[in-house]
Order: sequence, then structure tokens, then C-alpha cells
Amino acid sequence: MGPQHPSTHGVLRLILELDGEVVVSCTPHIGYLHRGSEKLAENKTFQQIVPLTDRFDYLSCGNNNLAYAIAVEKLMGIEVPERADYLRTLVAELSRISAHLLWLATHAADIGAVTVLLYCLREREEILNLFELLTGARLTVSYVNIGGVRRDASPEFFKRTMDFMDQMPGRIEEYNTLIMQNRIWLGRTKDIGVIPYEEAIDWGLTGGSLRGSGVDYDIRKAIPYSAYDRVKFEVPLGVKGDVYDRYIVRMEEMSQSVRIVKQCIQQMPDGPYKADIPTVVLPPKDRVSADIETLIHHFVLVSKGFEVRKGEVYVAAEVPKGELGFYIVSDGGTKPLRMKVRSPSFVNLQCLPRMVEGHMIADIVSCIGSIDIVLGEVDR
Amino acid sequence: MHPENIVEQIRERFPDEVQSSGSAFGQTWTVLKRDHLDDICRFLKDDPDVRMDYLIDVTAVDWLPRTPRFEVVYHVHSMKHGHRLRLKVPLEEDDPVVPSVSAIWRTACWHERETYDMFGIIFQGNSDLRRILMPDDWEGHPLRKDYPLEGPEWKFKPW
Repeated sequence: MGPQHPSTHGVLRLILELDGEVVVSCTPHIGYLHRGSEKLAENKTFQQIVPLTDRFDYLSCGNNNLAYAIAVEKLMGIEVPERADYLRTLVAELSRISAHLLWLATHAADIGAVTVLLYCLREREEILNLFELLTGARLTVSYVNIGGVRRDASPEFFKRTMDFMDQMPGRIEEYNTLIMQNRIWLGRTKDIGVIPYEEAIDWGLTGGSLRGSGVDYDIRKAIPYSAYDRVKFEVPLGVKGDVYDRYIVRMEEMSQSVRIVKQCIQQMPDGPYKADIPTVVLPPKDRVSADIETLIHHFVLVSKGFEVRKGEVYVAAEVPKGELGFYIVSDGGTKPLRMKVRSPSFVNLQCLPRMVEGHMIADIVSCIGSIDIVLGEVDR
Repeated sequence: MHPENIVEQIRERFPDEVQSSGSAFGQTWTVLKRDHLDDICRFLKDDPDVRMDYLIDVTAVDWLPRTPRFEVVYHVHSMKHGHRLRLKVPLEEDDPVVPSVSAIWRTACWHERETYDMFGIIFQGNSDLRRILMPDDWEGHPLRKDYPLEGPEWKFKPW
């Protein structure tokens, strides 16, 4: 099942051994999208790595940026202002909704429910427009700076987001009416790709795939970061660990993300959106062309970068696919010595052969969709 | 249980295996020798108070020009208790072999394959140690410090 296939969600090659229509064994071959991000990161300053992080899970860039930023800020010991925390959480949750919408669109379209594809993309279009209003980019936002966020949000952005969030619950209900009780959907997702509780932990699954098996582990609750300890939300859990449970978990996660976005807007504090640390944070742009010291300051920070003290840290964040962790080792310079990206899709994909054993070829497509992989993250 | 207590327990049960340990930024690590790594990991997974049933990550760091050159780093987590620990195993450049933990945590298989692919570290006991991200017939290990960023010089230049 070659790298060019509409249902593998990217360039993934599966070597299948079949007995008629039933899968006897399945071997994934990955690496078709390997871009050497970890090697590149050793040659870029800490701020220059932020656009690299966008391209891991390119569907939910806000989350990847946030995961990287909290890792570097922990290593440096920087606290960001409250407004920046809330803005980052807002963008992260909007990215989560966008990623889950695309997951549902492609998962349902692969199984056959093509109407859902167009409905979800309609909502996602509005989210991409919101990102463009806020950051200037639709997909790869690179919204964080180490020490804060790149731009402040306008009242128009908050109003449009709030209006959109008011519409979302109705839309999620609409998607559910299309497929949740549909006999074909139930037949193709119930009892397919079952991973029991203990095995899910042993295989290292995270995210919706883990919670679908009933394991209550969400980093936003276990090790809260950014503004997640100040907003209220629930973590949905599945029971059996089949494709249907993972679908239910992610649909509910979307509703919870809507809740978090609304709370972020309601609780948004006033104040600066960047920390006041001149050695790390860029000066205001309008002063750069006004006086020479600010110009030099800007120039040095952009070209040379800032130094990060010696040490190593592993920090993880909950992205839509699971646990995205950054293990950053610094030797005191402006570039990391080693940056390891623990990407959830890479680890979750390992479980695919176990999931599809004994099922038919058509079920492979359901299983790949339910693990929710993005090849950019698998291969980095 | 605080991770430092776990390090104490490892020190008690395996007296010569712990070379050093430390804490920074709220995270604890311990540097172990490689000989009894699988026994230590089995203890970490099976002991009910420690119960590190979740292997988050296996990776390596290339410390060229320092010796020992490589350091294999394991991050483990306990779902039940919530504590985390980082295990580090230093390896010399001419002997980059370490026992595999894929029999203890099934998720280790692909992590170890990636570390082998990128650094050339051999994991003894991994049933499927072959390249994962690079093409199967690639020569060289890209994440080593002496491997050029632009890739190897092509033997054949089309211009």
C-alpha cells in the first residue's frame, strides 16, 4: 500500500501480507518526509527553530509552537506575562479544533462519509481566516516568540472568534447526526482496531488513541502549562479502545476546546504580550527605525540570537495527536546542542501492525484514520 | 514518590550501577552503567511503588569531542503515580552497544531503531534493528556531529 495513496494521510508505505482479504502482517515504512529537522535545529538559533516546529504537525501549528516555547522557557527560567499565556492557549485550542476537524473530514471520507469532509472544511476555513487575521499566516502561524507571542490580538479578532465559537456546538452536533448512528459507520468502526488498556500504555500511545482505551492521561491536566490550570475543561475517555471510541473521544475534545477558547476570551487579561527581558525579547518595531540603539538591539537578537544556559530539559505538551515532547540540551550557546522531538504520531504509528492483524484491508484505512497520524510529525 | 527516592532505591538494589544523579528545572536524572540496564529497567517497571510502565522516549546525544562520546537517554513515566525520571547511559565511540529495552516496553522498538539510524548505536536484543527514517542502503549516521549538515558529498555530480 504505497506511499502514494489517498487514504494513508501522507507518504506512508505499508507492506501487507494477505491471506485473501485478511491481513496477516503489516510493516510500515516511513521516512519519505524526513527533512532532518533535528539536525537543522542544531544549526539554528532558538528563535529560528520556531518555524521548524510549525512543520511537524502542520495541521495544528499553534500547539507545536507552544510546546517548543514552554520547553525553551523552562530551560531559561523565563516567565511570560499572563496575556501571552492566554493568547497562546487560545491559538493552541483553535489549532486543536482545526486539526480535529481535518481528522474527522479525512477519516470519515476514507470510510465513505464524504459529506462530512465538506462540512468540516467549511468550519476549518473560518479558523484559518481567524489565524490570518491574528498572525498573518493561515497554516504555519509561528505565533510564539520565546518570551511571549509575536503580535497582539485585536478586539475584532476576539469578537469574530467568539461568534464562531457560538456556532461551533451546533456544527459539531450536525456532524454527529450525519454519522454517529449510521449503520455503515458503526459497522466499520465498532470492534475494529481494539487496543486494550494495558497494551495502550505498553505501546506508548498518547492522545486520543490512549484515551480511547480508557487511560486517563492528558498532559494539560497532569502537568499543566500555559493557561490550562486557569480554565475549566473535561477530558473525555473511551471504554473499549476501538476506532469508534477514539472517534467519540475526539469529537468530545472538540467541544471541550470550544469551551476553553470561550473561557480564554472571557478571562483575557490586559497587559504586555511579551516578557520584559531585553536580552531575549525583541524591542517594539516602531522604535527600531527611530533610534540606533534599538536598531542594534534588534539586529543582534535576530542575527546572533540569545544565549541559553547550560542544561537539559524534557517538556511535553498535549497536541491534538498526543504528547509532543522536546528534549533540549544546551551547552550555553545560542544554538541547541541537541533537540529531540518526541512526536506522538511516530510512536502511535508503531501500534498499527498490532491493530490491523486479523482485519481486512478496508479496516486498515479505518485504523490509520483513527490513530490520527500526520506524516510530517512521524518523519520530522 | 519523589524521583530522587527512586534513584535511592536503584542505588540500594544495584550498588555499582549508578554513576551519578542530579536534579534541575524540577526534573531528575541518573547516569547508569550499561551492563545491567535491563535489570534496572525491569525493576523500574515491575516494582509497585515505582511502576514506571510508560516509556516516553529513547534518544541519544553526541557529545563530540567529549568522551564518552555518546549518551543514550531514556525518559520513563508512571501512569499510576505520575512521577518521571531520565536515565542516561554513556557509551564510548568505539563500542556503542547497549542492551535493548524493547522486551520490557514494547514501544522501545521504533525509538531504538531511530537512534540506531541516526547515531549508529547498536541495541542488543532488538529484534528488528534496521534503519527507519533514512533509506535502507544509506551509509553514515546523520545526527552524529561529524556528519555534514548538507549531507555527504555526492560521488556523481550531474553538472
